[in-house]
Amino acid sequence: MNKLWRFNGGVKLSGFKSLSNAAGVKRPPLPKRLYLPLQQHIGAPAEALVEVGDKVYKGQLIAASSSFISAPVHASSSGTVVELKKHIIAHPSGIAEDCIVIETDGKDEWHSSISALSNPDALDLDELRSRISEAGVVGLGGAVFPSGAKLKPTRSIDTLVINGAECEPYITCDDRLMRTRPREIIRGLLLLRRLVNPTECIIAVEDNKPEAVQHLRRAIDELKSEGIGSVSTVRVVAVPTLFPAGGEKQLIKVLTGKAVPQRGLPYEVGVVCLNVGTTAAVYDAIYEGKPLISRLVTITGPNVKHAANYEVPIGTPVQHMLDIAGADDTGGGEQNRLIMGGPMMGHVLPNAQVPVVKATNCILVEPKADVVPTTAMPCIRCGSCADVCPMHLLPQQLYWHARGKAFDKLDHHNLADCIECGCCAVACPSKIPLVHYFRFAKTEKKEFDAKAIFADQSRVRMQIREARIAQRERELEERKAKRKADRLKKKKAKAAAAAASANASVDDQDQASNGVSV
Amino acid sequence: MSDNASTSQATSPFVPSSTSVGAVMRKVIYALIPGVVLYMILFGWGIVINIILASVSALLFEAIMLMVRGRPLRMFLFDGSAVVTAILLTLALPPMLSWWIPVLGSFFAIVVAKHLYGGLGYNPFNPAMMAYAILLVSFPLQLSLWAGPLDLIAQPLTFVETLNYSLFHQLPGAMAFDSLTAATPLDYLRTQVGLGQTVEAITRAPIFGLLGGQGMEWVNSAFLLGGLWLLYMRIISWHIPVAVLASIGSISGLAYFLDPAVFANPSVHLWGGASILCAFFIATDPITASTTPLGRIIYGLGIGGLTFAIRTWGGYPDGVAFAVLLMGLVVPLLDHYTVPKVFGARTDRGNQ
Repeated sequence: MNKLWRFNGGVKLSGFKSLSNAAGVKRPPLPKRLYLPLQQHIGAPAEALVEVGDKVYKGQLIAASSSFISAPVHASSSGTVVELKKHIIAHPSGIAEDCIVIETDGKDEWHSSISALSNPDALDLDELRSRISEAGVVGLGGAVFPSGAKLKPTRSIDTLVINGAECEPYITCDDRLMRTRPREIIRGLLLLRRLVNPTECIIAVEDNKPEAVQHLRRAIDELKSEGIGSVSTVRVVAVPTLFPAGGEKQLIKVLTGKAVPQRGLPYEVGVVCLNVGTTAAVYDAIYEGKPLISRLVTITGPNVKHAANYEVPIGTPVQHMLDIAGADDTGGGEQNRLIMGGPMMGHVLPNAQVPVVKATNCILVEPKADVVPTTAMPCIRCGSCADVCPMHLLPQQLYWHARGKAFDKLDHHNLADCIECGCCAVACPSKIPLVHYFRFAKTEKKEFDAKAIFADQSRVRMQIREARIAQRERELEERKAKRKADRLKKKKAKAAAAAASANASVDDQDQASNGVSV
Repeated sequence: MSDNASTSQATSPFVPSSTSVGAVMRKVIYALIPGVVLYMILFGWGIVINIILASVSALLFEAIMLMVRGRPLRMFLFDGSAVVTAILLTLALPPMLSWWIPVLGSFFAIVVAKHLYGGLGYNPFNPAMMAYAILLVSFPLQLSLWAGPLDLIAQPLTFVETLNYSLFHQLPGAMAFDSLTAATPLDYLRTQVGLGQTVEAITRAPIFGLLGGQGMEWVNSAFLLGGLWLLYMRIISWHIPVAVLASIGSISGLAYFLDPAVFANPSVHLWGGASILCAFFIATDPITASTTPLGRIIYGLGIGGLTFAIRTWGGYPDGVAFAVLLMGLVVPLLDHYTVPKVFGARTDRGNQ
């Protein structure tokens, strides 16, 4: 059962992991203010439950989930709500979103409702699921999809995959988490196992993290010797280091040989896949009763003095972390480019004032001086991009059609299936920013489709309107004709009556017949 | 959004590309070197003089066209593509030529076939093959006089004598040009078959060497090695070379099996002409070839088939250039109909 499969393409990258994975997890001092965005997840934003001036405690629910696909927000430390306002968040466009701003009191006092559960294993499945949702657990691998919604599969599940691949360069937060909290990850996994009832469970780790594999395997043995029998269904699998092996679809292919259907979800091939960080958060939510209020964040970069992984309260401004890590960034991002996430799929932060959110796995501090502006050459159609594309696309063709805004051709070449992993751009000898073009084309395409739908609706509306007008005119016409006929009938009747009542003259009759012909 | 625009782009990936057009082209040049050196050793200095003439003039035409078209000179002039084109063109030409033929060839390749169609990346036809085809139909006499292998020649020329011939059309003493030339194997085959000889008898002539072409078989073997190195370096994919060689080999093999008196054996087809050079260096020109895996295979099979057909029934001894140009015509069609299935493609598209 140790057979591994391959996904198409992929690129070998320098990891730069040793910059940050040597030191243990550090706990930074609290920032003065925490900025908690109401929207840190996929789905509907949470609704604020607090007002300015309210005293809040660590772990207290301050914004509630507003629909099935949504997630609540909890206070990550104790203090006072000082503002409810829009604040620039970690989004490439630099947009401002609603945030709850808490001034911390430094006491870091837990809310009275937070306590460890006495017997979590006795919880029934619905209770377990709702506790995970209520704790605000979302996918911590970067997708931030509310986890509760994932744990109610509509078909039987063969494999539960816990993703610890961490294939992006520089990022080591999952590596450190697996080394520091392997027991918690496995106990979290066993909770998830109860929910989705798979035949096997796999924790997948790229083979550049042998320590993490070792720690997890040791923890499994320990738990086994402690009499937890269900742990024997769990395997730790080292997968070859090849970007993007940690992509959900790619990892599932490597582990099971199954291809998640185009634009489909893993459960369709009997797989549920969650990140190791999410699994640890599930453990915290159930065993400790703690909501998701902090996460491990890798602060790294060539000039960062204390590059390491930090347990950062959600809402902490990035600048606070840069100061602590010694990112040599007095200018607030002036001399550095700040990337949230990895260098392959992350995005540039608009400034250092944005808060760390549930999706923040890494802050990569790159000196602007190191960023060499590249000039793109024309595409020579070498096809290197297609060779490395893990989705079997033809980036060289997509590029032409994106530039030509040929939307039907982009459809024909499956633009929508591009996962924006960046392999094509890294392999391109002409140094064309291919992913940039694809993102642009996707937005353009969306707009084009929206316009097409709008035009379609307009056309239908127009047709209905025209039909309505025609109908009204027809009715008007009919009424007119009827009135005319009525008038004529009346006249005729009058004439007939006149003719009948008196001895009508010939002139009168002529007049009547003239009236008919009018 | 034009290409060759400077991009200080603010979106991922932030990992710079580790390769460049120049690096790709340089590797192609390196892969050609062993074959060129053997060519020089076995056929004399002509090839070297022609490569220098063609490369220098190609760079000059490239520079002029870049300036005329207002393109950045430094970025494009040294991308190596003009030199690759010049070398491939020269390898298609006979080695003993007057200087103006390779120079004129460079003009057709760089100015007409490349820049008039939009420059690097935009030319629909292989510039080297286009230039060769124009030269072949314009100057058939000059292009059919091939220098013979040195070991079949009584008195080989020195470098200076060869240069003297190239520049001033002068041969030492009373030497006749005919004494330096010999028919190429494929040319010899064509004329002798025309004279009613059987192929078996023809291919016993010394010009056919061991594998299919005296001297040329070793040059082609060196190109094969260079081509395998390009495959190993992932500069080219296996699809086109395998398809071209499989197609030429199997079609000529089948014909030979059916009637060895009329058709030459596959070895002559593979080693006697430009099949190997075409399979690894000409047909694999990325710009003008198909870019999908299946498209590349069909493209290669088509080139092989057409090459055999032109050699056997056409008007020219070798058919590589016309085969490549003809298949270039169908590339857009191939690319359109051979889009690979996306990862996880649903078999029933109506189900989506």
